[in-house]
Amino acid sequence: MGDMVRALVDIRVWAPLAIVQMRRIGVDSIPVTLFIAAFTGVVLALQASYTFTGAVPLYFVGTLVGKTMMLELGPVICGLALAGRVGASMAAELGTMKVTEQVDALETLAYDPQSYLVLPRVIAGTVMFPMIIAFAMATGIVTGWLTSLALLDLSTPDFLKGLKLFYQFKDVWFGLFKSATFGFTITAVGCIVGLATRGGAEGVGKSTTRAVVYSAVLILLLDAFWAVVLL
Amino acid sequence: MIEFQDLQKGFDGKEVLRGLSLKVRDGETVVIIGYSGTGKSVALKHIVGLLHPDAGDVIVDGQAVSTLDRDGLTALREGIGYVFQFAALFDSLTVAENLALGLRRRRVSAEEIEDRVREALALVDLSGTEERMPAELSGGMRKRVGIARAIALRPRYILYDEPTTGLDPVTSAVIDRLMVRTREHLGVTGVVVTHDMRSAYTVGDRIAMLYEGRIRQVGTVAEIQETEDSVVRQFIEGRPE
Repeated sequence: MGDMVRALVDIRVWAPLAIVQMRRIGVDSIPVTLFIAAFTGVVLALQASYTFTGAVPLYFVGTLVGKTMMLELGPVICGLALAGRVGASMAAELGTMKVTEQVDALETLAYDPQSYLVLPRVIAGTVMFPMIIAFAMATGIVTGWLTSLALLDLSTPDFLKGLKLFYQFKDVWFGLFKSATFGFTITAVGCIVGLATRGGAEGVGKSTTRAVVYSAVLILLLDAFWAVVLL
Repeated sequence: MIEFQDLQKGFDGKEVLRGLSLKVRDGETVVIIGYSGTGKSVALKHIVGLLHPDAGDVIVDGQAVSTLDRDGLTALREGIGYVFQFAALFDSLTVAENLALGLRRRRVSAEEIEDRVREALALVDLSGTEERMPAELSGGMRKRVGIARAIALRPRYILYDEPTTGLDPVTSAVIDRLMVRTREHLGVTGVVVTHDMRSAYTVGDRIAMLYEGRIRQVGTVAEIQETEDSVVRQFIEGRPE
C-alpha cells in the first residue's frame, strides 16, 4: 500500500492509463451490472408484495425497492459480480505479465509497476464503481416500478409515494461511498494478488481464484463495517 | 564497468549464488555459461536490481546496486537494455509501442521515438512489423524485437538472458550475428547468459563458467576452448560424464 501511495507522484505515467482503465472497468462492466440490477429490481418488487400482502399497504413496495437497491443490493450484488469480472481479469492479466517476465521488463525500462499497472486500475475502479452502481440502483428501481405496474396493480403515484416515504439523501451517498470502497478493494486485491503470482499457468489460475474469493469476503466484511460505522 | 563482488543469493533455503565475483570491462562482451539452474539469470537480474542480494553486491559504474533507492535504480536502468529469455514483449502493445515505451519514459521526443523505432527494427531486419502484435510473431522474431527494444534505448550496457534458447540453429546464428553487430555499431558493453556454446564462441570476448554458485574459470574464447579444467571441458564439449 505504501508503494502505491509513493507512486502517486508519477502522475504523468498513471493518469493517461487510468483513463483507459476507466473505460475498460466502467463502460465494459455496464451491461452485466445493469442485467443483474434489472432482475434484482423485479424480484425485490415481487417479494415485497408477497411479504406485505394483507399486512402492510402495497405502496411500501416502492419503499423497500428504493431503500434496498440504494443501501444494500445495488452495491453488494453488483460488487460481488464485478469482483468476478474485474478482479479476476486483473489478477489474470497481471499474473500472466508476472510469470512471463513482462513486469520485470517494465522495471528494466525504468517504469514502476505500481504507477504503470496498479495505480491506473485502482484509481479507475474507485472512481468508476460508484458510477456503475448508480446506474444499477436506478435500473433496479425502474424495473421494480415497472414490475409493480405490470404485475402488482400498484399505480405510479403509489409506487413513488412509497419510494419517497423514508427517502434520505444519505441513502444515495451511503450506497455510492460503499461502492467506491468496493471498487478500491476489488482492484487493489486483483493487482496485489496478480503481482504476487508465481509459477506458470497453474499459478495464474490460483491467483485468479484467490482474487475473487478475497474480494468477495472483503466486500461482505466492508459492507458490515460501513453499516456499523455509518448507519 | 560491471563488477560482481562476492555475490550471494538463495531461494527458499537453497543457495544459488555462493560468492560470484567477476568484472565486465567497458566495451567487451562477457558470456556467462553454466548448467541450467546454476543461477546465471539470477546473476543478471542483480545487475538491474530486479533481485536483492543476500550478501555481496554488483557494482555498476561505481554504484553498488543494492544500495540504490528507487530514483537511483531508475537512473541506473535508463542506461541498461535487458533482453529477456522469452522476449517479455507486452502482449497488449504493438511492436512499435513495445519499442517506444522505454523511450517515452526517457522523455524522448515523438519524432525521435519514431526514428529510433524504425532504426532499431531495421537493425534486427524487422522493418515493416511496427503495427504487428507480439502474438503474430514467431519465436525468433519476438527475440529480435526484444533485442530491438533494448537497442532503441541506446544503452551503455545490454544484458542478454539466454538469447538463443529454443530457437533453430539458423535463427540462433541470426541472433548471434545481431548481437555482434549491436556491439560493433553501438559499442555497448554486453553480458550474455547462455548454455549454447556456439553462441558463446561467436559473441563473447571472454567466457566465464558459473559452477556451484561461483566462477569456475574465466578467459578468452581460445583459453576456454583449450582449458584443462575437467568441469569446464565436460561442459563445453557437452559430454554426459
